[in-house]
Amino acid sequence: MANNLKGFFTGLKVTGKEFVKTVTKGAVTTQYPREKEEPATRSRGVIALKEDNCTVCMLCARSCPDWCIYIEGHKDFRPPKREGGKPQSWNYLDRFDIDFALCMYCGICVEVCPFDALHWSPEYEYSEFCIAELLHDKGRLGQWETTVPDPEEYEVGAQIKGKK
Amino acid sequence: MTTSFTPLLAEAGLGLPIWAMALIKIGAALGVVLVGALLCVYLFLFKGLSFMQSRLGPMEAGPHGTLQAFAEAIKWMEKEDLVPDGADRTVFKMAPLLFICTAFLVFLVTPFGPDLQLANLDAGIFVVLALSSISTLAVLMAGWSSANKYSLTGAIRAAGQLIAYELPMVLSVVGVVIQAGSMNVQDIVKAQVNMEVFGLYLGGVPFMFPQVIGFVIFLISAQAELSQTPFDMPIAESELVSGYSTEYSGFRFLIWFLAEFGAVFGYGCLVAALFMGGWALPFGPQSGIVANVIGVVVTLAKALVISGLVFWVRFTMPRFREDQLQRLAWKVLIPLALVNIAVTAILKVVF
Repeated sequence: MANNLKGFFTGLKVTGKEFVKTVTKGAVTTQYPREKEEPATRSRGVIALKEDNCTVCMLCARSCPDWCIYIEGHKDFRPPKREGGKPQSWNYLDRFDIDFALCMYCGICVEVCPFDALHWSPEYEYSEFCIAELLHDKGRLGQWETTVPDPEEYEVGAQIKGKK
Repeated sequence: MTTSFTPLLAEAGLGLPIWAMALIKIGAALGVVLVGALLCVYLFLFKGLSFMQSRLGPMEAGPHGTLQAFAEAIKWMEKEDLVPDGADRTVFKMAPLLFICTAFLVFLVTPFGPDLQLANLDAGIFVVLALSSISTLAVLMAGWSSANKYSLTGAIRAAGQLIAYELPMVLSVVGVVIQAGSMNVQDIVKAQVNMEVFGLYLGGVPFMFPQVIGFVIFLISAQAELSQTPFDMPIAESELVSGYSTEYSGFRFLIWFLAEFGAVFGYGCLVAALFMGGWALPFGPQSGIVANVIGVVVTLAKALVISGLVFWVRFTMPRFREDQLQRLAWKVLIPLALVNIAVTAILKVVF
């Protein structure tokens, strides 16, 4: 009985303290549209695409758990690098769409990309009234690339090649 | 002492015809119940609860969300008034109305000033406690007529709980009645105003000090009567959807909601009158216009403090189990209340 009463008053103390704290020092929440919380630099807001790096290898599309990446491409020759050389065989990217209505932000595509074409951007305000608008094409995904934070500096000595 | 329904405003010298008095009283009752319910909803449900969870609550509708309660009311009124197929339609529709009637009737004898009272009855507190138990009937009606097993379970739990806690509530008031020597609520208030401590007048003694056991028992059983959280098995949203109000929607649900909060405020007024000195302030005026005006404010403030306490406990405590609830009522509160009555009676005779 005494224990129960103690628990009762402890509970009241906890809620009462929190009440006073909120009144005097303000709430831990933010009033979202008016004030915004700064997301962490590497937070998973939206996936950005650096088109030049993409080789249409399809690894991202195949590793995506809910199949929200749509890639189309074609193979063609592009002019030789040096004069007089052979024309290069090249994979051209025609379509790269990510359906953010399906995406579950697991980041496997970013991890799996062998050529660093996909990056996380901390932007998160891209909700739409129409669900179809959440399908971002490669132009839109390319725009997100401008918001990707720069990679961190390498540690000192990390880039010096060691002896083989 | 008045012994009839004679309007006290007429005695105060306003000399209005009976129909005007009735209109004023209807307006006053509506105003008190609605204002009380809205105040409780805004101050405690919207803001108090939010602050206890370190958030701000509604902020958009009006300054600091003051109009949120009206927005919610309009939202409910817009919704369709559904009646289930298998329901007993008449009973189903009547139940919330009967429930809100009891919320109004709690205010019947609450004194808001030396002359401000809807009816000054000799057996005032007895009548109010008897009338407030009608709410059990309304809850049973709602549960039975909904033709829904969740509603029925909720209603039967409510019946068991409300009947169990009616007893300690009435018994805890008996101590107050013995000490005041009257069942008339106005006289109980005056007894507190005129009470002396061993021959010394210190501006009156609210009964919450001499009757502290009765006060605590009354608060606990009021919490149970209002089915607020440690005792909210009739609603029990995690087990019974919404208990007896599961099938209600739209305006009828709004009535359940308003009545619930109006009743909390009503019990707050009752506790204020019985245990906290009602409309009186220590050394404040005890008659005349000033006393009436101050009395309204003081009563409302005291009622808000009590409802704040009720909601504080509500937002803090988890739900009791059904057997724990019954054990608390029958094995702890009722014997304690009986001992309280005996001790009060003996002390009353001795002094």
